[in-house]
Amino acid sequence: MNWETVIGLEIHVQLSTKSKIFSGASAVYGSEQNTNTSLVDLGYPGVLPVLNKEAVMMAIKFGLAIEASIAERSIFARKNYFYPDLPKGYQISQYELPIVSEGSLTIRLDDGTDKRIGVTRAHLEEDAGKSIHDMFDNETAIDLNRAGTPLLEIVSEPELSSAKEASLYMQKMHQLVRYLKISDGNMQEGSFRCDANVSLRPDGEKKLGTRAEIKNINSFRFIENAINYEIERQKELLEEGKEVIQETRLYDADRDETRSMRSKEEANDYRYFPDPDLLPISIDSSLIETITSSLPEKLEEKLERYTNQLSIKEEDAYEITRNIDLIDYFEESLETYNRNPQLLANFLLTEIMAITNKANIQINDLDITPQSLAQLIERLDDGTISSKIAKDILNQLKDGNFSVDDLIEDQGLQQITDEDQIKSVVLEVINEHQEQKNQYLSGKEQVLGFLIGKVMQKTKGKANPKLVNDLMKQELSK
Amino acid sequence: MISSGEASFEEINQIYQSRIDEINPTINAYITDTISSALDSETNQSNDKMPLAGIPYAVKDIFCTDGIQTTCGSKMLEDFIPPYDATVVKKLKDSGVNLLGKTNMDEFAMGSSNETSFFGEVKNPWDILRTPGGSSGGSAAAVSAGIAPIALGTDTGGSIRQPAAFTGITGLKPTYGRCSRYGMIAFASSLDQAGLLSITAEDAAIFLELMAGFDPNDSTSSPEEVPKYSKFINDNLSGKTVGLPKEFFDGSLEAKYQDLISECIKVYENMGVSFKEISLPNIKYSVPTYYVVAPAECSSNLARYDGIRFGHRSDRTDNLDEFYKSNRQEGFGQEVKRRIITGTYVLSAGYYDAYYLKAQKVRQLINNDFLEAFNDVDAIMGPTTQTSAFKLGEKIDDPVSMYMNDIYTISSNLSGLPAISHPIGFADNLPFGMQIISPHFQEHQLLNFTHKYQLETDWHLQQPEMINEVKK
Repeated sequence: MNWETVIGLEIHVQLSTKSKIFSGASAVYGSEQNTNTSLVDLGYPGVLPVLNKEAVMMAIKFGLAIEASIAERSIFARKNYFYPDLPKGYQISQYELPIVSEGSLTIRLDDGTDKRIGVTRAHLEEDAGKSIHDMFDNETAIDLNRAGTPLLEIVSEPELSSAKEASLYMQKMHQLVRYLKISDGNMQEGSFRCDANVSLRPDGEKKLGTRAEIKNINSFRFIENAINYEIERQKELLEEGKEVIQETRLYDADRDETRSMRSKEEANDYRYFPDPDLLPISIDSSLIETITSSLPEKLEEKLERYTNQLSIKEEDAYEITRNIDLIDYFEESLETYNRNPQLLANFLLTEIMAITNKANIQINDLDITPQSLAQLIERLDDGTISSKIAKDILNQLKDGNFSVDDLIEDQGLQQITDEDQIKSVVLEVINEHQEQKNQYLSGKEQVLGFLIGKVMQKTKGKANPKLVNDLMKQELSK
Repeated sequence: MISSGEASFEEINQIYQSRIDEINPTINAYITDTISSALDSETNQSNDKMPLAGIPYAVKDIFCTDGIQTTCGSKMLEDFIPPYDATVVKKLKDSGVNLLGKTNMDEFAMGSSNETSFFGEVKNPWDILRTPGGSSGGSAAAVSAGIAPIALGTDTGGSIRQPAAFTGITGLKPTYGRCSRYGMIAFASSLDQAGLLSITAEDAAIFLELMAGFDPNDSTSSPEEVPKYSKFINDNLSGKTVGLPKEFFDGSLEAKYQDLISECIKVYENMGVSFKEISLPNIKYSVPTYYVVAPAECSSNLARYDGIRFGHRSDRTDNLDEFYKSNRQEGFGQEVKRRIITGTYVLSAGYYDAYYLKAQKVRQLINNDFLEAFNDVDAIMGPTTQTSAFKLGEKIDDPVSMYMNDIYTISSNLSGLPAISHPIGFADNLPFGMQIISPHFQEHQLLNFTHKYQLETDWHLQQPEMINEVKK
């Protein structure tokens, strides 16, 4: 039997507010244990939560970016359960009336087609603390620094049909929250993590199969592996005529498998009810207008602008716009030199990417500034240097903060565009390679490249390649 | 007295110290006595300019007091010392008041007789075989017995007004949100409100002015401006109309109490107040509605008492689940457990709509009844309680009859309305109270009514005999 895979993702994004969602304590990651904690985060008797407006603004920003509807009135609810790293015995979350609902995100599949994935809702909630099991023998330590960190939980429709799609969706969402500057998206630090609901159904069946939820996946690679493992596991069960149990599973990256954590029967009844300590959030249209006007250009619009206005090849424009760091770098470069965006894009996507890949660093950590790249492109574009030289200069730039013009000047790298000068070198090369000249004249055109290469060698790569090419052909034919 | 030099701060403290030493062992109104530390305190002596410089007061042990044990009447918090002051405590401290001590109360404010306190029952100064009411029973008994001139209390379903009525003093529950709840240990967050137990309405007015107002730490506190209550208390009552809900006068009140009510009404009529019958048709659902909403919120509010970070910790630590269970089993008393279980049940999947959601809807209906009534009348009056103070032990094993005690008071909590109880005389030597309910944020009217009444009568000045015995 053929099975259809149905996947829905819940992504937890830590919002990069200065303070926590319901207290004034710092929300910075990495402080000494239990130092970023106020009485509110510790759940002391008598304390009350006060909503951080910055978190609300960020949620609205996100909602607008995915073209969702923003609730005029939304409420916080208490999700009740006992756990040592949950100080109040309940998590303040949203249940009915979430702040964001009915949005969507479009992903581009490997075959180049676009697929729109519905976002059911996104709601605000507080993160729990951390239980540390490996610090003391037979004892668990609690670090409440994370308790109260604002989270946006983004729930997709079950519209993803493969592990690959799930990973693409997760990546796109990751790019988006970073692009909107509402999260640092740091997956190692847990700022961006994902739960995947996976089920199978026979092809053509309308009814959803029983799902398993894989918890806390924090890498794009893991999500593909975890879902693929889960699909195989469920397929095996179903084909043996067994049932999939509704349960929560954990992905073990070391063994590359998912393991049962708790079944539905063991699941908590969270006893949600509206939190009486917090007033409903009222969002008026003027606030939405203000935030809308502060939104950055939509990524889809950016793609369109790059292709239509900047005349960049669609595939190059897509490559840049799918990576927030590249966008920033590219646009900063454009501010310095904008006459040839395609040339800039070429260099960015090939040369710059090659350098970062080789050094295994992020573009943000690169020593070559966007301004330097732009200057280089300008010199290339205005014919001062050849593209061969441009690549050489780029390699020098990555090792230190030099000025492009100084390098060209100091090392005499200016392109030779003087026809007579090039012509004399061309004639010299032809003289030295009579055999190749004859081969060329007898129809073996490949030797042209060899001869041009000799000219470039003699001119240390500085001769204008087009002129060399034209003059060489001309002189050979004489 | 202090600012005029008639008495020094030390002299007043010494008087209270000796009174507390003599009377408190009999009535058990205080859990923690803080006078001795106040006597040594330099800070209290340098605040002559403050509006309440040196004025002694008592605080219900539900309010967090910085560095001072705050038990909430529970074994769970027997050794809990908060690192901060509740906002109302802080505001009063900044006005120069002098804390006499922390008063006894029903455990986590759950009870109407003060018998659920882990620190022992409080006795009614008018008859030590009887309850002072609850849950602010310690505060009421302390004021009534003259071992505190005024005390802070909290009122979730009648916990200020019922004890005030039972001990013959004035008890004010302000509008929900009038005073900050920050630092007030939560029982039922949508109902809890801080208020005052005092001899006179005038004292309550002076204190309320200083403790009310918006608090950035409490999102549910109101930004509504705080009036100068003491300026309104002398306003003329002539022309005011008061509604008497027929549901409060359904013939169930015993004649001796009905007579006291009629006397009280006459006093008001003589001041030009007119009375008319009104109806609050949904008020009969108050008690059941309350006993869904309050336990639901309490079951969640009390979840933090798990023994992990503070509070009672059991010796049984075999595993996490057992640890939780033992901490809570040992730390909480009977009534608290009953309410946690009830609340957990009404919020459970499959029952939420039938109980919690339904109760919230009924709550809205009750509120609408009041709002409609206030189109016709300025205030509503009726008995605070069905009877005067009952005997200790009489109802403790019968929760439903205990819950019915709050039948007249609960509705104003459900609708967030301010209400006051003031003494109107005695039946069989036990005090009885009249309750007045006002529209939201009309505390000044309640204080105005009560103050004018107290100018005409002296019921509020009557003292239980035990005070005189001690004086001898």
